[in-house]
Amino acid sequence: MKLNGAQIFVESLKKEGVKVIFGLPGGVVLKIFDVLYDYRDPEVVLVRHEQGAMHMAEGYAKATGKPGVVLVTSGPGMTNTVTGLADAYMDSVPLVVFTGQVSTSLIGNDAFQEADNVGISRPCTKYNYLVKDVNDLAQTIKEAFYIATTGRPGPVLVDIPKDVSMNQTEFNYPEKVYIRGYNPTYEGHKWQIKQAADALLKAKRPIIYVGGGTVFSNAFEELREFAELTQIPVDMTLMALGSFPGTHPLSLGMLGMHGSYTSNMAIHHSDLIIAVGSRFDDRVTGKVSEFAPHAKIIHIDIDPTSIQKIMNVDIPIVGDVKCVLKEINQQLRASVDGRRKEELKPWWNQLEEWKKKHPMTYQQDKDQKIKPAYLIDRLYELTKDRTPIVSTDVGQHQMWAAQFFKLDHPRTWLTSGGLGTMGFGFPAALGAQRAFPGRLVLSIVGDGSFQMNLQELATAMDYHLPVKVAIVNNGFHGMVRQWQDLFYNSRYSSSILGQHPDYVKLADAYGAVGLRATKPEEVDAVIQEALKIDKPVLIDFQVDPYENCYPMIPAGGANNEMILEDPPELQKKGKEQAGTKKAGNGEKEGVLTA
Amino acid sequence: MEHIISVMVENKFGVLSRVAGLFSGRGFNIDSLSVGPTIDPTVSMMTLVTRGDDRIVEQIIKQLNKLIDVIKVVDLSEGAFVARETVLIKISAKGEDRAEALRITDIFRARVIDSTPTTYTIEVTGDTNKIEAIINLLRPLGIKDLVRTGRIAIAREEIKMAAQDKAQDKKRYGT
Repeated sequence: MKLNGAQIFVESLKKEGVKVIFGLPGGVVLKIFDVLYDYRDPEVVLVRHEQGAMHMAEGYAKATGKPGVVLVTSGPGMTNTVTGLADAYMDSVPLVVFTGQVSTSLIGNDAFQEADNVGISRPCTKYNYLVKDVNDLAQTIKEAFYIATTGRPGPVLVDIPKDVSMNQTEFNYPEKVYIRGYNPTYEGHKWQIKQAADALLKAKRPIIYVGGGTVFSNAFEELREFAELTQIPVDMTLMALGSFPGTHPLSLGMLGMHGSYTSNMAIHHSDLIIAVGSRFDDRVTGKVSEFAPHAKIIHIDIDPTSIQKIMNVDIPIVGDVKCVLKEINQQLRASVDGRRKEELKPWWNQLEEWKKKHPMTYQQDKDQKIKPAYLIDRLYELTKDRTPIVSTDVGQHQMWAAQFFKLDHPRTWLTSGGLGTMGFGFPAALGAQRAFPGRLVLSIVGDGSFQMNLQELATAMDYHLPVKVAIVNNGFHGMVRQWQDLFYNSRYSSSILGQHPDYVKLADAYGAVGLRATKPEEVDAVIQEALKIDKPVLIDFQVDPYENCYPMIPAGGANNEMILEDPPELQKKGKEQAGTKKAGNGEKEGVLTA
Repeated sequence: MEHIISVMVENKFGVLSRVAGLFSGRGFNIDSLSVGPTIDPTVSMMTLVTRGDDRIVEQIIKQLNKLIDVIKVVDLSEGAFVARETVLIKISAKGEDRAEALRITDIFRARVIDSTPTTYTIEVTGDTNKIEAIINLLRPLGIKDLVRTGRIAIAREEIKMAAQDKAQDKKRYGT
């Protein structure tokens, strides 16, 4: 049976099991949208900005493990997806993004809404295609899904010219796909695995450093068994939170620039690091030459380019985290016994000492403004029995959420790590809500970040996505202001945001519900009220604007050189600021100084 | 250290752009690049000359392998290989210089491919040392124009030696 390109597109997506497409129409994709009009499955979620569609698809993919699918038009439609493509590329999120393109005869003539989609997206996609002939369309779509979801996942872009979507041909969806230049390794080398197993049974101060790769691999059970068999403490990166239960006794929490004191000291003093699906990013290592000076490194990763890129690796194992851990657990089950717990006792005693010395904590007094850490802690306590999916945006609030919202289940944490894209959080939460309609989804955002994609409130209302948005409102670009406090003499250059919009009125304008809390004693009540409402809710939490996030490893510092609180000069100034000016009322502060 | 890397790629449009983009995006340098079809019409062979320490070259090779259009990567500098490049040189040649130019051409087994009363155009193929040498010799005569290809390279075939001979070689040459 002959079908046109647009029909082949939709039927191919059905073969891939796609249920949702996040998109926005335009001239060159009208044919495709016309065909989609007759289908209820896949459903199109109409967004208000293509960047929103991208982050929604990312949230959907991170929460479900399935590839997110986006459909946008040519020219500006595609260029609006570039931030999302770069974000998905950095965080290895499986996405297949379909962009429209002008007719093949017009390509290269500076036609209306034409852009070099393939050229622009080449450096920020895993692979991309321009389909010049409708006979190649089905094969291309099959390949695109295969590439996006296998090996180290990533975004794939498929550019479909207008005439290709209208031309007709026989529809044959290929059964299998084989790409000779692409053969990811899943099974680890057995000899390397044996060496790793031997090494970790001998180590005196070992540590497991878990990264985002564990999430893509769905290796939660294997990781848990691995840690419990070996009784080795577990450090997680920002991307890995939830892959190992945060409340488990073996968990040390997050490590890195804003990680806990204990987890950073642990990795600094370790003699063996087992890196599982992580890539020794600079937010974790700090100064590379001083990172873990006494440690041998075992590195398990599916991407060979990550191994030996930054640190010298003693036992590299290229393979899928789940497969490799399964194999290593099998070897360990035979050889490990209760002695291990005794042998590691001195190491655990040291860890306990560090925990006692500098626990992850905060101080909230009744007469102070709301401390963000307190707010996150209350959100956690009041929602933990519902196992929410938590999405964050980027900045101080993201770090506080990572520190204080303890996650025990995988795929409940959505955040932008590698690229650190402000504006990610709210649409990502919507994407996750679309994937799990009955589930509680919390979106913790900063006031700066929320404003970047708040137009998607309309999408939330249209598709009934009752996300609860907690705006950690300090009237600043908080993280920028923190760095300006610590390194630029508190010269708040372009980091003051003031207090517009009025978020309660904004929520109202969209038909959603707006709530506000300005004092610590109001926090619990407002959260509980929000949880009862079956609509999108914006909660404006007016927090202490000068609160800084600690511990912090300054850029270029080593892991054991953490700053644990505001330095003395800053503490004094902080008190002055809080005394003379009412925080959060939009006055420009600091502009008056000479 | 200089490395010559041979990259077998899919013969599709945009592949050259991907490889070039990889190098520029990650700050690796390309000293020269040459690409052409092979016996298999779906496959092209690219020869890249790059520079860097061991760590960088390892990354380059891994990153090239990661590209989906790349089928095979071989670092020819790891073993024995032959490399060649071609240059076309247009020189001014009047009076006595004309004889000198022809002598130099003869010494290097090069060829004159174009001739006018005042110029010669010479074609030379050889390894880098030979090319550099002939250019230096022709320079005093006056080079009007010069066009050089990138280097192409191919691995030398390993001769299967008897175990006894191999051991003797090892003792003698330490190879």
